Amino acid sequence: MKDQFVVPARLKKTSFVLMGVGLLTLLIGLFAFQGENATRFWAGLLQNSSFFLLITLASTFFIAATTLAHGGWQIAFRRVPEAISMAVPVLAAILFVIVMILVFGGKDEIYHWVNLHHVHEDKILSWKSPFLNKSFFTIATILTLGLWIFFTLKLRNMSIEEDGWDLKPATGKKILWRNTVVAGGFLVVFTLSVGSTTPWLWLMSIDAHWFSTMYSWYTFASTWVSGLSLIALFVVYLKKHGYLTYVTEEHLHDLGKFMFAFSIFWTYLWFSQYMLIWYANMPEETAYFQPRVWGEWRPIFFLNLLINFITPLLFLMKRDTKRNYTAVVFMAFVIIAGHWMDFWQMVYPATVKHLVFPWYELGLGLGFVGLIIFLVSNALTKAALVPKNHPYLKESIIHHT
Amino acid sequence: MAVKNFVVGLFDDEAVLFPAVKKVRTAGYKLHDVYTPFPVHGLDHAMGLRESSLHTAGFIYGITGTTTALSFMSWVFNVDWPLNIGGKPHFPLPAFIPITFELTVLFAAVGMVMTFCWLCQIMPGVKKHIFHPRQTDDKFVMVIELTEKTNAEEVKSFLQAAGAHDINEQQAEAGWWFGRFDKDDEPYLRKVKPVNA
Repeated sequence: MKDQFVVPARLKKTSFVLMGVGLLTLLIGLFAFQGENATRFWAGLLQNSSFFLLITLASTFFIAATTLAHGGWQIAFRRVPEAISMAVPVLAAILFVIVMILVFGGKDEIYHWVNLHHVHEDKILSWKSPFLNKSFFTIATILTLGLWIFFTLKLRNMSIEEDGWDLKPATGKKILWRNTVVAGGFLVVFTLSVGSTTPWLWLMSIDAHWFSTMYSWYTFASTWVSGLSLIALFVVYLKKHGYLTYVTEEHLHDLGKFMFAFSIFWTYLWFSQYMLIWYANMPEETAYFQPRVWGEWRPIFFLNLLINFITPLLFLMKRDTKRNYTAVVFMAFVIIAGHWMDFWQMVYPATVKHLVFPWYELGLGLGFVGLIIFLVSNALTKAALVPKNHPYLKESIIHHT
Repeated sequence: MAVKNFVVGLFDDEAVLFPAVKKVRTAGYKLHDVYTPFPVHGLDHAMGLRESSLHTAGFIYGITGTTTALSFMSWVFNVDWPLNIGGKPHFPLPAFIPITFELTVLFAAVGMVMTFCWLCQIMPGVKKHIFHPRQTDDKFVMVIELTEKTNAEEVKSFLQAAGAHDINEQQAEAGWWFGRFDKDDEPYLRKVKPVNA
């Protein structure tokens, strides 16, 4: 049984090539978007860094949620989301640098509430200023990123430490208990950050006049379903290279069910946000959908629904596709690309305003993908691929849907 | 429906039941059914039953619900009785979605329950022969139908060898009949000569 991952030379090369593409795009962007056009430079960075940070953080959420639910089926591949979550500290640092430049760099094209002249002249922004100000933004960002990194590393380190323990029932109980405690702590932080304020600060405050209480949940649903697809991609990759012997199509079937179910969950939140605003038809709320549904972004708005709802709904509905490695990989790529596009249409209509071909954004995105491949494949080599002392390992091996 | 002869065997454990089911199939006996106190994973596969089409039926019911809701609401608001509600268009798709969703779920759920009842032949007022009172309690009951080619004694010794106990021969109605839950009305049916006697 191959239990120790060795990074294949081809994967390493791919990750370096992708990172090179990303850096090159960044450099080209730096020269191409100057002065008036600098907004696009920063909008692309904000969109990509927040999207890729949140989809890797979804892995920590996956570990925490399955641990708290006493799930057993995921133990056979638990090291995969653990490894993906190891990309969180690096991506968090990148996002932190970007948002700090946006807040303190004297630019107000992305976050126009950072300009105090605007705030004083603007009744809505003045009223929101106890929440939407530079110091609150900074403290909240540092606190959330710090706590995410703390809990992510904690869950990972505990899991690796447990490999050196034994198989006694008392040890099993201890493993379950301490994982449950840490997972519970993380979920409280996660709910108060991704489930509540963080997307408001980083993304919704681009449209500072507009508000939607559904926004954070919508962002969460988007990144969670993409995060699940990312886990599925790495699981299939390892399986196809002869690792993860215990993982069978039963596990893949369950991951497929998650991808299917949370695509519908995303649509449910998308619709809940849209329909109430459409129904009430109040100008301060419909302002957000004006450029998206009736402006230049109309094709993207409906493409979003087609890719992220109709495609997974019809494609993953059948049992056979959820158990087919090629089909799940194809769908995982579609879902990640679709939700990347969703983030694009969340950030761009209020910043860059015009719909242009996103070569710069795609280039940056490929760079982030390369970075994630590099970090995750490195993290995978750091530990055995099966947590051999976990009390639920047997449950995962004999897992049957 | 027809009255038939059966050989019934009881098993204590699914670990004994599984190999027995396989042996029965390879020996070529006609397996009437296996009754278990709880759903046993993989038993349908071992018995050679085909994959259920219930989910396909569910999809068709769901689509019917979607179509019914959308077409009815469109007809009402555009053709039969157009009303101006809050200045919204006469075909307000977002407002139709919740009702469409609910009707899809309703049609799929009710349709699948009724199809399930039809397939399993269960309904209030519909009765079936119970081969052993403990088949829903703690025993696994295997029922083999006798044909003109099978000998009852041979089947009995076969089941004995496969690990069954309390093996007995029963003459029973194979299908369902209308009857009352508080009355044993099967003896009337049993007066008929079994078709495989």
